[in-house]
Amino acid sequence: MERLEIREAIIDILESINPDEEYDDLKDDVSFRQQLSMDSMDMLDIVLELRKRFKIQIPESDYPKLDSMNSTLDYLAPLLADK
Amino acid sequence: MESNGNLQKDSHRVVITGIGLTAPNGNGLADFRAALLAGKSGVSPYEIRYFGKTLAGICDFDATRYQTRKDIRRGTRAGSIAIYSANEAIADCRVDFASLAKDRVGVYIGVTEHGNVETENEIYQISQYDYDCSIWSHFHNPRTVVNSPAGEVTINLGITGPHYCLGAACAAGNTALIQGVQQLRLGEVDFVLAGGVSESIHTFGIFAAFNAEGALAKNDRPEAASRPFDLARNGIVISEGGAVYTLERLSDAVARGAKIYGEIVGYAMNSDASDFVLPNATRQAECMEKALANARLRPSDVDIVNTHATATVLGDIQEIEAIRKVFASSDKTYINNTKSFIGHAMGAAGALELAGNLPSFTDGVIHPTINVDELDPKCAIDRLVLNRPLAGQDVRVILNNSFGMVGINAVVIVAKYEK
Repeated sequence: MERLEIREAIIDILESINPDEEYDDLKDDVSFRQQLSMDSMDMLDIVLELRKRFKIQIPESDYPKLDSMNSTLDYLAPLLADK
Repeated sequence: MESNGNLQKDSHRVVITGIGLTAPNGNGLADFRAALLAGKSGVSPYEIRYFGKTLAGICDFDATRYQTRKDIRRGTRAGSIAIYSANEAIADCRVDFASLAKDRVGVYIGVTEHGNVETENEIYQISQYDYDCSIWSHFHNPRTVVNSPAGEVTINLGITGPHYCLGAACAAGNTALIQGVQQLRLGEVDFVLAGGVSESIHTFGIFAAFNAEGALAKNDRPEAASRPFDLARNGIVISEGGAVYTLERLSDAVARGAKIYGEIVGYAMNSDASDFVLPNATRQAECMEKALANARLRPSDVDIVNTHATATVLGDIQEIEAIRKVFASSDKTYINNTKSFIGHAMGAAGALELAGNLPSFTDGVIHPTINVDELDPKCAIDRLVLNRPLAGQDVRVILNNSFGMVGINAVVIVAKYEK
């Protein structure tokens, strides 16, 4: 998957998890939790959705890497390169 | 009439000051009541995975009025029904909720069952992923703890007093009302949200189980499917819904000039101790008699008995037999049934059905039992209100029956409040 495709998939996941937010102005370099109403359960939902959609298992020690859009893309791009 | 409540000081008398509800044929008491007087059924065609096409009572309320979409997604349907009903009840009772001590508010919600819907959803989810348990939702636990619907109300409204759900099969709505009265009388809380909710139409298992018992209603005309006491009745229409009441001590309600729908003057609960499924007319009669004794009322003081009857062949006969025994001496007690309109709302049934009858105190009309084309002779009883509302009645006391599986009975008696 291309980085742009992955970004679209993450936006789709965020919209499904937290449908009350607007994502058009999401800042990719800012933590999700700083700009969206999100808590630890939402982060678990992101991990769960990634598991469902892409069959990737993210170890708990890597959860901090899903902090912002940019850090998430950096982390996922190699994992999803051949998907 | 000499009610137990009237012998007690005002701080021990408990009154209903607000009602919030969603029923398959109306949201809010005014719409619900109008539907009951207009003969409007709330039963519709319905389809659920695995089981397929059937009938159900489906509610159409706007959950986003009181919840974010994220909270709706995180929580349960039962929670959304409870939150909607609780908020509507608080608005209806016109209390200054912001100024209430939230640690003195109790939330008691009756449920027939809770967790089946959420568990089935998760199992279906993992079935789509080769039964990979690692995609099982972390929300499964908070969604399925049995206090969940009541707990969602406390989170939504910032209530820090006690909350729990009362599991009492189809007697749960009445059971929660009784709990609310008791907690106010004990002085444990000062303001109560009590009632019942049901999300049961979202679990295929309940349809499959009633079907396996031969107790699931079938009818080409959905609106005619729920037909207690009719000779052609063939089972239960399963429904969702909820009704939550605000309960206050009479002294508090009077002090703030609250509108009073009625006073809960008596109640009783007992157990059949006889069968997992089959009702027991003797125990039902005893429960009604205990409630009358608790209220210090005679059978002839009761103007309406709102039956539990669910349109099963045996259950309806058993309840009428129990009512015949208790009310043999009364020549003025009318009998009706609300499930004929809305189906069986399970944990919400008692609370919703009581709500549908409370306006009789002011409008003098007794809503009927609809869909009785040919009365089953075994269900024949004097003053059964059939198919058309009965107007011009001086209704002062309503006795509400609710009975549930594994033999649990709960009867609540509400009297018109007059200064």
